[in-house]
Amino acid sequence: MHWLFYLSFFKVLLLLAITAPVALGFGFLGAMAARSHFPPLAMLGKGYIAIVRGVPDIAFFMFFVIALDQAFEWTRHKILCPEWTDPVRQGNDFIVCQAAKLPLGTAPEWVHETYGFFLAVITFSIVFGAFAANVLFGGMRAVPHAQLETAEAYGMTRRQTFWRILVPQMWVYALPGLSNLWMVLIKATPLLFLLGIEDIVYWARELGSFKNPKFTQYPHGDWRMWYFLALLVFYLGMTRVSEIGLERLMRRLSHGQATAGGELLRKETTA
Amino acid sequence: MSCVQTIQDYALRSVGIGERLLPRNDFTLCEQFTLIGSGMIWNIYFGTMALATGFFLATALAVGKASSKKWLRKPSEWFIFLFRGSPLFIQFFFAYFFFLSLKQSFPFFDALTSAWLGALIVLFCNTAAYSGEIFYGALRSIPKGDIEAADAYGMTGWSRFRRIIWPTMLRLAWPAYTNEAIFLFHATTLVFFSAFPVWQQRGDALYYAGYFADKTFNPFIPYPILAFYFILLTLVVIWGFGLVNKHLNRHLPVAKRSKMKLRLNLAR
Repeated sequence: MHWLFYLSFFKVLLLLAITAPVALGFGFLGAMAARSHFPPLAMLGKGYIAIVRGVPDIAFFMFFVIALDQAFEWTRHKILCPEWTDPVRQGNDFIVCQAAKLPLGTAPEWVHETYGFFLAVITFSIVFGAFAANVLFGGMRAVPHAQLETAEAYGMTRRQTFWRILVPQMWVYALPGLSNLWMVLIKATPLLFLLGIEDIVYWARELGSFKNPKFTQYPHGDWRMWYFLALLVFYLGMTRVSEIGLERLMRRLSHGQATAGGELLRKETTA
Repeated sequence: MSCVQTIQDYALRSVGIGERLLPRNDFTLCEQFTLIGSGMIWNIYFGTMALATGFFLATALAVGKASSKKWLRKPSEWFIFLFRGSPLFIQFFFAYFFFLSLKQSFPFFDALTSAWLGALIVLFCNTAAYSGEIFYGALRSIPKGDIEAADAYGMTGWSRFRRIIWPTMLRLAWPAYTNEAIFLFHATTLVFFSAFPVWQQRGDALYYAGYFADKTFNPFIPYPILAFYFILLTLVVIWGFGLVNKHLNRHLPVAKRSKMKLRLNLAR
């Protein structure tokens, strides 16, 4: 049974590995929409940033997973069972036809788990996408305006200016915010537990406790304290490694930039 | 049952005053508003107590981290890294089980396993670490001229700190500290969601919101109510901290005052 505990560490790493690029993608799209010159699109981008950022943290997670699940089931219900006439909301119950259940009632256990994990990934991506959008939007605005004017003077189109001048330069301005976001993302992963995923928090609680009917063969007392200590150390290690990695990335991105960091690097190499 | 009756029964339910049984069926909007609002008492209690006590440790940590003496600097650095580098959620779990085993060896520590004290200690350390880092940043960006002026007036040690360094540090840190206060209030919802048990269904706002969502299978009413209360609380915090910010900036010309900039953030 312990291998499930070790497996859950991979779940956390997998979640990070999927969520980070997807959220960055969402963020990029959001930021692009927010600075668009087409008003409805700009409203959409800014609205996305504002709504997700304004709502308190875990309430959003709790709400979104159920809401997404019900939205999926409702859509499938409309498509798969058009003959169904009863209302979907009957008093306190949410009822869809059998064929629209997600995952299907007959599906094996792992499908249920994967579906739950999938919902969690979407939720994390949407929430962190909004934060990333905000950071990238700020990064885009921080690029010196003279750079863009120069590009225009060279006869570049708006699209060319965006992709060739703005995007390569914005990262160095966005990186402090993004690295902060990455740290927050790491620290938000235990919330998987709240979403009903059997993650490290779940297993630490299960395996550590002594009067659990499932694991009576473990001849130890209440070890939950030690399991959680291990998790604490795991997260501290992740933080430390990220700090070092991001520091290096910042150094690389600062190279040749018109910022204080870039200037420092230039002096170091010329001196 | 009228709404006034509901408020009388449940407004103080979260601290154990009023009706003992929670409503079981036919939930009205009024009941949801009253009970979730009643749960907010706990969130406000945890938030204000942790902020009020954590403030002093934060100042000490910031001064310690900025100190040139190694035996002062290292412990502060480690404390801040420990609490900022790990998820609050795990800290709650670890603290609870740690207190539980403490209690088994020494019954004296009995109170630590209940949320009102145990969770408060965790939140206290956590907010001290986060604010300590903010204050440390502010401490390093105090204008050199201010300190030189203090030296020129012959101020040293405590009076220099009390009159020049500390107010300037607070003034510079205040906008960021306001954000920290807001996140702390948001973070209080984690208390009963982690290990700390809810005793006699006296929970916080999220506990009651979860209760209603569980019973009605409808998240679309209780969670927006919860969000409403938290937005209200956030506005109150912004207003209160804004007053302090005005006070701290009162000697400066209007253009130089530090503006409150809100950067909302997610879990810690």
